[in-house]
Amino acid sequence: MTNKQDQSFLGIIWDFFCSLKLAITTLILLALTSIIGTVVQQGKPAQEYIQEYGERVYRVFVALDFVDMYHSWWFLTLLNIFAVNLICCSIRRLPRILKLVKHPVLTPVEKHYRSFANRDEFTVPVAVDRAGDRLAAFMRKHFAAPVVTARDDRIHLFAQKMAWARFGVYVVHLSILIIFAGAIIGSVWGYKAYVNIAEGTSTDKVWPRDSQNPIAIGFEVRCDNFEVTYYPGTRRPKEFTSDLVVLEGGREVLKKTIEVNDPLSYRGLTFYQSSYGPAGEPVFKLTVTERSSGRKLKFEAQRGEHVALPDGSSFAISDYTDSYKSFGPAIQMHLNDKNEKHGNAFVVFQRFPEFDAQRGGAYSFAVDSFEQQYYTGLQVAKDPGVWVVWAGCFLLVAGCFSAFFLSHRRIWLTIEPAGDGSLIRVAGNAHRNQPAFEIFFEDFKSRLKEELTGRQTPESAPLPVVETNT
Amino acid sequence: MLSIKLFNITTIAYFGAMLAFISYLVIRNRTVALVANICCYVGFALHTAAIGMRWYESYQILGGDGRAPLSNLYESVVFFAWTILLIYILIDLKYRQRAIGAFVLPFAFFGMIWGQLYLSDAIDPLVPALQSNWLTYHVITCFLGYAAFAVACGVSIMYLIKARKGRDDGEGRDDGGVLALFPSTRVLDDINYKAIMIGFPLLSLGIITGAAWANYAWGTYWSWDPKETWSLIVWFVYAAFLHARFTRGWVGRKAAWLSVFGFVATIFCYLGVNLVLSGLHSYGGS
Repeated sequence: MTNKQDQSFLGIIWDFFCSLKLAITTLILLALTSIIGTVVQQGKPAQEYIQEYGERVYRVFVALDFVDMYHSWWFLTLLNIFAVNLICCSIRRLPRILKLVKHPVLTPVEKHYRSFANRDEFTVPVAVDRAGDRLAAFMRKHFAAPVVTARDDRIHLFAQKMAWARFGVYVVHLSILIIFAGAIIGSVWGYKAYVNIAEGTSTDKVWPRDSQNPIAIGFEVRCDNFEVTYYPGTRRPKEFTSDLVVLEGGREVLKKTIEVNDPLSYRGLTFYQSSYGPAGEPVFKLTVTERSSGRKLKFEAQRGEHVALPDGSSFAISDYTDSYKSFGPAIQMHLNDKNEKHGNAFVVFQRFPEFDAQRGGAYSFAVDSFEQQYYTGLQVAKDPGVWVVWAGCFLLVAGCFSAFFLSHRRIWLTIEPAGDGSLIRVAGNAHRNQPAFEIFFEDFKSRLKEELTGRQTPESAPLPVVETNT
Repeated sequence: MLSIKLFNITTIAYFGAMLAFISYLVIRNRTVALVANICCYVGFALHTAAIGMRWYESYQILGGDGRAPLSNLYESVVFFAWTILLIYILIDLKYRQRAIGAFVLPFAFFGMIWGQLYLSDAIDPLVPALQSNWLTYHVITCFLGYAAFAVACGVSIMYLIKARKGRDDGEGRDDGGVLALFPSTRVLDDINYKAIMIGFPLLSLGIITGAAWANYAWGTYWSWDPKETWSLIVWFVYAAFLHARFTRGWVGRKAAWLSVFGFVATIFCYLGVNLVLSGLHSYGGS
């Protein structure tokens, strides 16, 4: 007794997880709950939530995992129910479909024929065997090669097309599980990290998003150059590029200029152009003209550095900008006398090298160039599951197309003796797109009648068959 | 720009088609329906020419940086209207149920008029993040899917109106009024299903091409960004719809409502996320 009750309890659970209602409910719950994470920003620092929603609401959010809901226990539970539901539905329905495809009814009787919407029967003045041969050839030509079964005095023909279309929906279900598997592989064995590399330097570590400890990547990446290019005449960036070099034991093994939408991959790691910024102080190259002699002197200077001039005074650059009003790059600088006393600040424009001469004084300055070193900010991803995800996606789309647009079509023919000729029964069905099949079936039927009764043109006449029957 | 003028004429053609379809429902004159359909087809041809023209103009303005006109809000809404017409014409060729036009053309017309009157139609070069072939595949698949859902929504609204009257036996025998020209609920239900059957794989492809692109540009195919999440929400709703078709108690009105909600979610995914929420797709609004 207990055993039986046990089974029925398991049976209830099994039925629950197999039900379509559960599938619809889960899908709608997933849709509704997913909205939360698009309204409440995810994974922000506590202060931001408290500022926006207040302390009390924030505590509720934390209790309900709203601040990281897509990884919360309850959302993952929903996803798990979804997956179990997919598996159970498929397990319950697959054997039936397999049987239907692999072991179709080969010898239908009148009762079967009556159950079809697309059916017909008629008599022809052709003997059973001869009709059987002709119809088998006809089916092969106009539909698919039939299975011929002779039973008693009847001949049964059965043919089907695209039986595998029945499995489209299960391919879709499987593909979703494969995508889940890929995502799990990626989150267990992969990581997302970032690294900033200053021009001319290299690194063999990257910093994961959620930890302070760097990961050693086992090789070095060097950035030779970073550049931003702009569309002509605008400040609209056209491309961010980094010249990267991969080094193994100090030896260059791979070189690539990466840009947004064109990353570098090496040993399972991929480096994506993601951000950039200034690295260290820029170096200014200046030409100083000594007014008394007309002599031109070249200097290199960094911001704040006091650079000595021949007469014992010095100059220093206090600030710089990429564009000063509409005059382009400019530096702000001042002179110091022999006692280190600051003079007044003045501005020197890179584009107007003669301009500073108007200021007067012992020296005039011109900016030849200033070189700002940059660092390139790279996203680093290791995701061994990504190809599993793509395989799943491919199956998902292929499965959808076969489930929605291909149909499994079957046709049965039975030939039995009737008087001098034969009685032909024909029936067919399709598992979707009935209207199209109806049209096909009508056409098939009329050509079939023509084949057996109508005039026979030489090319449509079957080859003489050897009469082996008695 | 010539393309802008062509888009204006297209908008007028769709307006004419919309009015003619609505008059057709009221005065039930088949000539009016024919005029409406001619407006649709002519408008669609102009629309196609205008999109091609804008593509050509982008090369004239930007030289080698020219690109397919699929990269900002204006271009997307214009393309959305184009895909709606494409799906409408396909359904029209198959079913020849002109009354549907009255419920589908408004989506295309209001999209066009919004784009023409309120959105910036400047042709700007692409920022680095958008310079990818994935952009084209992603936008085309998404919007073809959205358009199929728009048609499904229009048809579902017809279904709900017709089914509410309770005068339909599923075969289209009806006592008259505006509803007389509506296809039977059986046909409406069928078109609704067919449209979603076209839209669902396209939306799936749109999400997948988006994920592939994100993976190529940022190194992560899914980051629960609001746009991504909303596209998944839309996917869930239509997946529920497809399963509802096989479940007793969920066919008919409930399925039609699911189709309407699905399209509301689609529109939120397309516009709401950009205009209301923030995230990676925010450049779509500029």
